[in-house]
Formats: sequence, structure tokens, C-alpha cells
Amino acid sequence: MLLLLAITALAIAWLRDLFAAVMLAGIYGLLSASFFVSVDAVDVAFTEAAVGAGIFPLLMLAALALVGRNEQTAYRRPLISLLLVSITGAALVLGTLDMPAFGSADAPPHNHVAVRYIEESPKEIGIPNMVTSVLADYRSFDTLGEVVVVFTAAMGVLGLLFTGRAASPGSATERANMYDHRVLRVVSKMLIPLILLFALYVQFHGEYGPGGGFQAGVIFAAGIILYAMLFGFGNAQRVVRPALLQILAACGVLIYGSVGVVCLLSGGNFLDYSQLLPDPLVGRHVGILVIELGVGITVASAMILIFYAFASATVNSEEVA
Amino acid sequence: MLPELYNYWVVILLMMTGFYIVIVQGNLIKKLIGLNLFQTSVFIFYISLGKVSGGSAPIFAEGVSSYSNPLPHVLILTAIVVGIATTALALALVIRIRNAYGTVEEEELQQRDLEC
Repeated sequence: MLLLLAITALAIAWLRDLFAAVMLAGIYGLLSASFFVSVDAVDVAFTEAAVGAGIFPLLMLAALALVGRNEQTAYRRPLISLLLVSITGAALVLGTLDMPAFGSADAPPHNHVAVRYIEESPKEIGIPNMVTSVLADYRSFDTLGEVVVVFTAAMGVLGLLFTGRAASPGSATERANMYDHRVLRVVSKMLIPLILLFALYVQFHGEYGPGGGFQAGVIFAAGIILYAMLFGFGNAQRVVRPALLQILAACGVLIYGSVGVVCLLSGGNFLDYSQLLPDPLVGRHVGILVIELGVGITVASAMILIFYAFASATVNSEEVA
Repeated sequence: MLPELYNYWVVILLMMTGFYIVIVQGNLIKKLIGLNLFQTSVFIFYISLGKVSGGSAPIFAEGVSSYSNPLPHVLILTAIVVGIATTALALALVIRIRNAYGTVEEEELQQRDLEC
């Protein structure tokens, strides 16, 4: 698995064709997702599969449509760089010689806070998925910060690219070229509802199985983006309006933050869900559900907004040309 | 010796490949792909650190006593989503550069700057 990853990475470095490099980057994302499954990181694998193999190549392709797929310039000082990279790599390899062996149970990372998470969280939080309890309860303040970063990045992309002009339905650009592929159209028509349904399952089942707001958000966004690519950007904008998405993206952060404020008002610390309801366990459960919902809404709308921004930039540049 | 540290060495190889792309290639999009390789290698490093041999995925189940470390999973899970958001921001900047300069090759950009 790791060997395959390494080969893909070297091929990306080797290729001059950007389109092929982006496709390989997608394969690389899928391979790393499978690696994450093999080392028990199921939640991470979910996210990486949707982001690394789905959204990342799509955004790159949208950018390539604007920028062109060919690299022109020659490599700059390749030998010196190769030397520099090899020396850095050798130094890092030297550093690994002191590291604990892969998978050893008495390695330092497993002996401090992780022990408490593993032993206490099923009783203390009352949900089996430890990743969700750490993400949404023990480290909820961190997660709030990350949601705000996603939101800010989406707003930044909008500020840079969005012209506010929706593609007029019925124009030549409305029907993406893919529309003519009957197989793709029929298969995706069947798949898109399932993808959206699966995203909701991942969203609300995050306490018991692998899943949660981040994963559900990217899967949901991938479903909508698939729709936009096959049935045209204008149609997708009529189904999911950009203005609505902007409000939703802000609402997600707002939901998350206001749960924290409600906890403060009921006499606990910021984001201390046990204060929400008389029974602390139920309170924690409700708190986690609500903030995961906030995370999911923000991540999904941010990702779709980013895609819209790229797509509208592409459409506009085509109309100018 | 070899199987024990094998993961970390592959991570270093991936990281250095990404680093090399960022240094050598002049195309801004290719640089972003390289940066992404670098980023993913860090993800793989963290997740490798969290693995416990014989442990199961960190979801509580009856009869399972050994779990992999959930903390790196949480950190990387959010890092992936934040990473794609920041990559998108970088791509948006590249597109604006392209609109302003007509190119995304670093050397041509520098020449344009010098001419002004």
C-alpha cells in the first residue's frame, strides 16, 4: 500500500502534463484512504476518500480549465535541489532511528492522554465512537476553531473569485459536456440520492459508527458537485442557491458557537454540554449531536460554495473568450 | 529493523517528493500538488503513530480491550478538511494571478514584475 503511494508520488513529480498529475493526485488520495483503513483510522479514511479522491481533484481540474494544462518552464536548478532534498531526507531518516517501532503499544503517544480517552470516554460521554467524543467534546474548542477556518477560507475564495453573476439557465454553458454521456447520466441519477442519504446517515450516526459532521459535510458536498458537473452549473444553482449556501455556512458556525453560549448561560464552562439538560449524559449526547450538525452544515455549504466560485469563474472566462 | 520503521521512511520519501516538486517546478498549480503531497505525508505520519498492533478501530465494543490511539485521528480528520479549504483559497489566488499576469509560471511572473 505504502509502496504504491510512493510510486504514485514519484510519478506525479515526473509528469509534465498537469492533467495527468491531477488524476494521479486523485489516485493518491484514494490509496491513502485505504491505508488509513488498514491502520484503524476509519473516520480519517472517510474524510480522505471524499476530499482526497473527490473534491481535491475536482477543484484542481476546475482551476486547470482556467489556467491550461501544460507546464512550460524548465526545472530550476534540479541537481542542487535534489541534493538539498536528499540531505534533508537523510537527516530525517537518521531521526527516525530513535523512534519507537511502528505499532508498539508502549510508545509515548499512547501512554498519556490517550489512555484516559480510551478508558473513560465510553462511560463519561456515553457514546462508543471515541473519535467523535474527543472531537466534539474533549477538544470541542479546537474543533470550533477549525470550523471557523473552513468558513473563513470559503469566504476568502468567494471574495477572490465570485462575481455574483449566476450562469443564466438555458445558455450554451448550462449543459455541461458530460450531459451527452447517457451511462454517466443514468448511473449518477441513481447514485446522487444515495450519496446524499449516505451523507445524512454518516452525519447522524457519528456517535456509534465512524462518521460525523466533517465527513458528512464533504460527502454531501461531493454529491451536489457531481450533480452540478453532470446536469450543468446553472441547474445546480437553481437547486441549491448560492445565497442560501452563504447563509447556511454562517449558520453552521453560529449553531456551534451558540451551543457554547447556552452552556455558559446554564452555569457551565464554554461548550460544557453536561449543563444542557438535567441528566449530564443526555446533555452531552444532545450537545454533540447539535454541534456536529453545525459542523456538517458549514463544511458542506463551504465546499459547495468554493466549487460554485471556481465554476462561475470558468463559465465567465468562457463567455469572454 | 526494516518492518518496524518502514512506514516512517515511506513518509519521509513522500514528504521529500512533495518538497522537491515545490522547489523545482515553476508552475504554481504543480507547486500546489506538491504541497498537497507534503501535507498528506504528514497525515500518514500521524496516523502511523496512532496505530497499536493488535488494536482495533477506536469505537467501543464489548470484548475488545486494545484500541488504536483516537487522538491523532481527530487531529488529522479536521486537518484534512481545513487543508482542502486552504488549498482552495490558494487555487483561487492562482486564478487571480493568472487573470492579472496571463501566466502561472514563476519565472515569467518575476520577469513581468521586473519590467514594471
